[in-house]
Amino acid sequence: MLADQDRIFTNLYGQHDWRLKGAQARGVWDNTKAMVTLGRDRVIDLVKASDLRGRGGAGFPTGLKWSFMPKESALPHYLVVNADESEPGTCKDRDILRFDPHRLLEGMLLAGFGMGAHTGYIYIRGEFYNEASNIEQAILEAREAGLLGEKSEATNGWNFDIHLHRGAGAYICGEETALLESLEGKKGQPRLKPPFPAGAGLYGCPTTVNNVETIAVVPEILRRGVEWWTGLGPERNRGTKLFCISGHVERPCNVEEEMGIPLRELLDKHAGGVRGGWDNLLAVIPGGSSVPCITQDVCNDINMDFDSLRAVKSGLGTAAVIVMDKSTDIIQAIGRLAHFYKHESCGQCTPCREGTGWMHRVLDRMAKGQADVEEIDMLLEVSYQIEGHTICALGDAAAWPVQGLIRNFRPVMEARLSGKKVDVAEAMAVAAE
Amino acid sequence: MPKAIVDGVEVEFEHGMSVLQVAELAGAEIPRFCYHDRLSVAGNCRMCLVEVEDQRGRAPKPAASCALPCSDGLMVHTRTDKVKKAREGVMEFLLLNHPLDCPICDQGGECDLQDQAQAFGRDGSRFAENKRAVEEKYMGPLIKTIMTRCIQCTRCVRFATEVAGTEDIGLLNRGEHAEISTIEQAVQSEMSGNLVDICPVGALTSKPYAFTARPWELRKTSSVDAMDAVGANIRIDARGRSVLRVLPRLHEDVNEEWLADKSRHAIDGLSRQRLDRPYVRENGKLRPASWDEAFKAVVDRFNATAADKIAAIAGDQCDAESMFALKTLMDAKGVKSMDCRQDGAALGEGGNRSGWLFNTTIAGLEEADVVVLVGSNPRWEAPLINARIRKRFLTGELQVFGVGAPHDLSYETTWVGAGPQTLHDILDGRTPAADALRTAKKPVIIVGQGAVAREDGAAVLNIAGQIAEKYNAIQDGFNGFNVLHTAAARVAGLDMGFLPGEGGKGMGEIIAGAQSGDIEMVYLLGADEFDTETLRNAFVVYQGHHGDAGASVADVILPGSAYTEKNGLFVNTEGRVQASRLATFAPGDAREDWTILRALSGALGKPLPFDDLGALRQAMVAAVPHMGGVDQIEAAEWALPGVAGDMQDAAFEPIINNYYMTCPISRTSKTMAECTEVYMAGSLDQAREAAE
Amino acid sequence: MAIQVTSRPTPQVGEFSVSETSAARVEVIMARYPEDRRASGIIPLLDIAQRENGGWLSKEAIEWVALTTESAPIRVYEVASFYSMFYTEEVGEHVVQVCRTTPCWLRGSDALTHAAEEHLGIGLGQTTDDKKFTLIEVECLGACVNAPMVQINDNYYEDLGADAFKGILDDLAAGKVIDYGNMTGRIGSAPEGGPQALKDFDPSINAGKKLPDYSVPAES
Repeated sequence: MLADQDRIFTNLYGQHDWRLKGAQARGVWDNTKAMVTLGRDRVIDLVKASDLRGRGGAGFPTGLKWSFMPKESALPHYLVVNADESEPGTCKDRDILRFDPHRLLEGMLLAGFGMGAHTGYIYIRGEFYNEASNIEQAILEAREAGLLGEKSEATNGWNFDIHLHRGAGAYICGEETALLESLEGKKGQPRLKPPFPAGAGLYGCPTTVNNVETIAVVPEILRRGVEWWTGLGPERNRGTKLFCISGHVERPCNVEEEMGIPLRELLDKHAGGVRGGWDNLLAVIPGGSSVPCITQDVCNDINMDFDSLRAVKSGLGTAAVIVMDKSTDIIQAIGRLAHFYKHESCGQCTPCREGTGWMHRVLDRMAKGQADVEEIDMLLEVSYQIEGHTICALGDAAAWPVQGLIRNFRPVMEARLSGKKVDVAEAMAVAAE
Repeated sequence: MPKAIVDGVEVEFEHGMSVLQVAELAGAEIPRFCYHDRLSVAGNCRMCLVEVEDQRGRAPKPAASCALPCSDGLMVHTRTDKVKKAREGVMEFLLLNHPLDCPICDQGGECDLQDQAQAFGRDGSRFAENKRAVEEKYMGPLIKTIMTRCIQCTRCVRFATEVAGTEDIGLLNRGEHAEISTIEQAVQSEMSGNLVDICPVGALTSKPYAFTARPWELRKTSSVDAMDAVGANIRIDARGRSVLRVLPRLHEDVNEEWLADKSRHAIDGLSRQRLDRPYVRENGKLRPASWDEAFKAVVDRFNATAADKIAAIAGDQCDAESMFALKTLMDAKGVKSMDCRQDGAALGEGGNRSGWLFNTTIAGLEEADVVVLVGSNPRWEAPLINARIRKRFLTGELQVFGVGAPHDLSYETTWVGAGPQTLHDILDGRTPAADALRTAKKPVIIVGQGAVAREDGAAVLNIAGQIAEKYNAIQDGFNGFNVLHTAAARVAGLDMGFLPGEGGKGMGEIIAGAQSGDIEMVYLLGADEFDTETLRNAFVVYQGHHGDAGASVADVILPGSAYTEKNGLFVNTEGRVQASRLATFAPGDAREDWTILRALSGALGKPLPFDDLGALRQAMVAAVPHMGGVDQIEAAEWALPGVAGDMQDAAFEPIINNYYMTCPISRTSKTMAECTEVYMAGSLDQAREAAE
Repeated sequence: MAIQVTSRPTPQVGEFSVSETSAARVEVIMARYPEDRRASGIIPLLDIAQRENGGWLSKEAIEWVALTTESAPIRVYEVASFYSMFYTEEVGEHVVQVCRTTPCWLRGSDALTHAAEEHLGIGLGQTTDDKKFTLIEVECLGACVNAPMVQINDNYYEDLGADAFKGILDDLAAGKVIDYGNMTGRIGSAPEGGPQALKDFDPSINAGKKLPDYSVPAES
């Protein structure tokens, strides 16, 4: 278990004061000026050296992303924080936003400084009304304290201000270019890439979009030292990570843990284990709804990091662990996700607009046993017709859970659809071999 | 030049081209729905997916070729299994919720979805669920919507926003509920008919043409439009004796691939109130007559009238040949009072052609950095030219200023004044327009008929010319001085000098003469655009195709042909000579106009020296050489036009008060009447109020 | 002011206007965006307009946003129809949204939906006759470790059981002001019964430390 002194989010559960005073008591805004004094290039180099990978799901190296921002440009640069946390299973950023907002603001100042931005926007999902209220107050506090806004001593003269922008209910706005569209007052429809935001983002200006957690850990990495950070977690998957454990565990919770922690340890230590014991585990969706589920045999000894999960055809995603025990109707569970993607498809491009609804309807019938066995292959093919053919990753995200279902639970589906009595456990065992 | 390899074929391309464009250069066929080369790239239909490969190897995902800039050395694969599968997949998705109502769909036979489903789709659908139905939307009198057929390509949204310049179509909702909609208002554009053309499926179809014909039943004739002076290239689709629809034909320098709504939809007027036989007035009433009787009436009167008491007026939609024939006949009879300027525009004096042409040319507008509109509303006078100005405006390189009554032109226009005084200001270096002109590299002045069809028109024209000279609009190889005509026939008339001869009377004097008795006989060749009641005292011969203003005062009616019913030349506002072609025959006893004049000349004993259209054209080209260069513009040598003189204070009046009704054809068109009701209600009220 | 690059219908605002407080809020919000990017205010202003209009967006409310943000009305209609938090038809005083996505469903969201349907006597997507409640299902609200949960107007009610849910509905019907958040007294997203991490940790030990020595250039 990660030692408490190695945790960054020391107010994860909101037991302490989230306001400026309280944050400062936890070390937030310590040495900010000194960190700014390191200089723009040095800040980016340190973040690069830390191997920090984005916490929003894709795991892209953060320092590298920042370095895409042009050095010189006549246009303003923007930092946009993606607080549109909507990936089913994920509720980690919410705790930062409501209980530790100053960590985010300080991180934004450093990131903004590193990429030459004077303006930062926090795009928060509209449903997080009370969280937005905390952020807004934190911004006012920071401005008042001279930590944001006009050139101030506290920031070594770096003029940086932060504005809050509330969304209005659209999962797709978590996609960075859809988010920018939304911030510009449009529908959240992802843009074609290229151009990438670092070249032409918000208002056509160089922009970097980062996840809340990504930005919020940056000051602490610099404060405690890159070596401290890289001492945690396996190679290429360094540091700590917020995990959200939901579903069929005894005590669902959020927790900050070391990257690469074994899944079983994570569940047992923090969430009281799988409901009904480890043997009662059916499957886990390890990284938010968009990644394929993994079955118990994989769960036994999988480590929770980007590369380990990728190796088993799943992903760390947002590190939202959705646990399903053997009472779960897995077809319906994935069918619910299919409904989610159908509901959240922006409707812009054909495969996703049409395909998500099709998959949902087929799964809905399958859950009720009202489909032919042959339709399983058809469903799989439809998912491949969506995957890789869309403008943004929502198409892939919609296809993967379905592919994971069919890959891992085909015997369950066949049993449901054939109407024959099949010993599912036995069939699964045969399929696994 | 960079090179790419498309399916093994090496091809050179220009920087900035998309993979789709490069693949086309190489001869590969790329299916597409949302992509349109005159609209911004949406990349949403995903039909144009191809595989690309560079030094790093083949990309893991197929790429939307419309949205991917081609890079040097790129290998493009358009025929791999992966591409085939991707296309089949997208096609299947598109058809999921598309009704299979092709048998009752007006798009059938010319439908991108139908064609591409055949070429790139699977042989059947595996979709076993219910299909989606979408409510119809109201887009105005010209566009019928069957929204269930829509594939959400958003071409219409982009066309409206970008080309037409009116933001009133959008994609509402999201996901599978996404639907194209207006805010239940007619699309506020004179270009709305193009929405039907750009819709790749049968979601937006032509309302007036609904359920009229199948494309394969139609006889297609390439021609030019005569509803304004742009000379848009059109295709006339006819069945039997009826013109059923008009579509734009591609001409990059004129109309690109667009067409204005009046040009497209006034055609139902071609079959209404037609003059299909000669008439003669007897005892104050017109009675049907034979050609012989009608000719006799004309000849009798002609021979009994002195040449200086005879006048001829050519109308706005006449072909050059008939005007030339009439002029030749009048010349032969010694008649000097002739005019082709029904609105009394002060153009054409002194044979200075640069003073009546749109010298910059339409395509040339795309170089302009400042446009000053003088007494013109191009949105109504020439919607396609307005679209070209807008196209340039959208590049961010153009500023537009206006002198005259402010209009919403669909792009930002700074109105700097209302009348001639403002022209003085500009010439003297005042007003923001002058500031912009001073630094402009390619300044353009556009003089509308509203500025010159007035008593001080010659002085206005002159000062506009002085502005052009002062601000360096007249350069080597570039002439920024333009006259925007509204009449299709006007430039040809001016070019051939269908104008008062020495001692002859012009438009205003002819009318005054008709009232005073100085003019006893007037020959109207399709002339309906002035107060013809003023001719009541004279003997009026009306040769034309519609029972309109001219026919109502006529003593003899000679039934002629509309622009779709004859082979003739038109010269557009740029000076571009273009040929119209006979698509259908004129109804009943009506004849092609030049043949009527040829026959009449015989009856008059002064037979015109041409027996067929070829000979007539030869004679005309001999007299006006540039008429021989079809689709050519003979650039005009610059000379300061007009006559310096005093100008009045009165503001420039709009020359068109109702875009949808400007000629006998559009005035009888039911469709145009509907458009007038929908679109003009507000403007007409305003005009009426202003008049009161 | 933005350059107008298209012609567009004039917004029809009719009688619609907002309170002074909201008008001040509009100023605060619009100041967040560059002057020539007023359209950025569309979403926050739609939210204001919706609050001012009894929880839903009338045509006039939508066109007021178009007017205020100098946008074409159709663009605002697009936005209003795209986002799930905007209602273009009348809703009840309390909009009750039951999260239905898998993490909540695994923890019993169906029971919440049934409880509400039964208790309010309406089906999903319907509004009670007294216009007090509108009941809808919603996709993931991002409080998954506190599942199942519902959102009522601006507030989350987490770790919710069917009986507690009914009690909340009764209280709201009676016009009571009620607490929101965790319904079981749990601390935030910590596990039930108290966290394993940060149990007795004093976070202030992280404060006031010196920065590491960065005088040696980092390898990158």
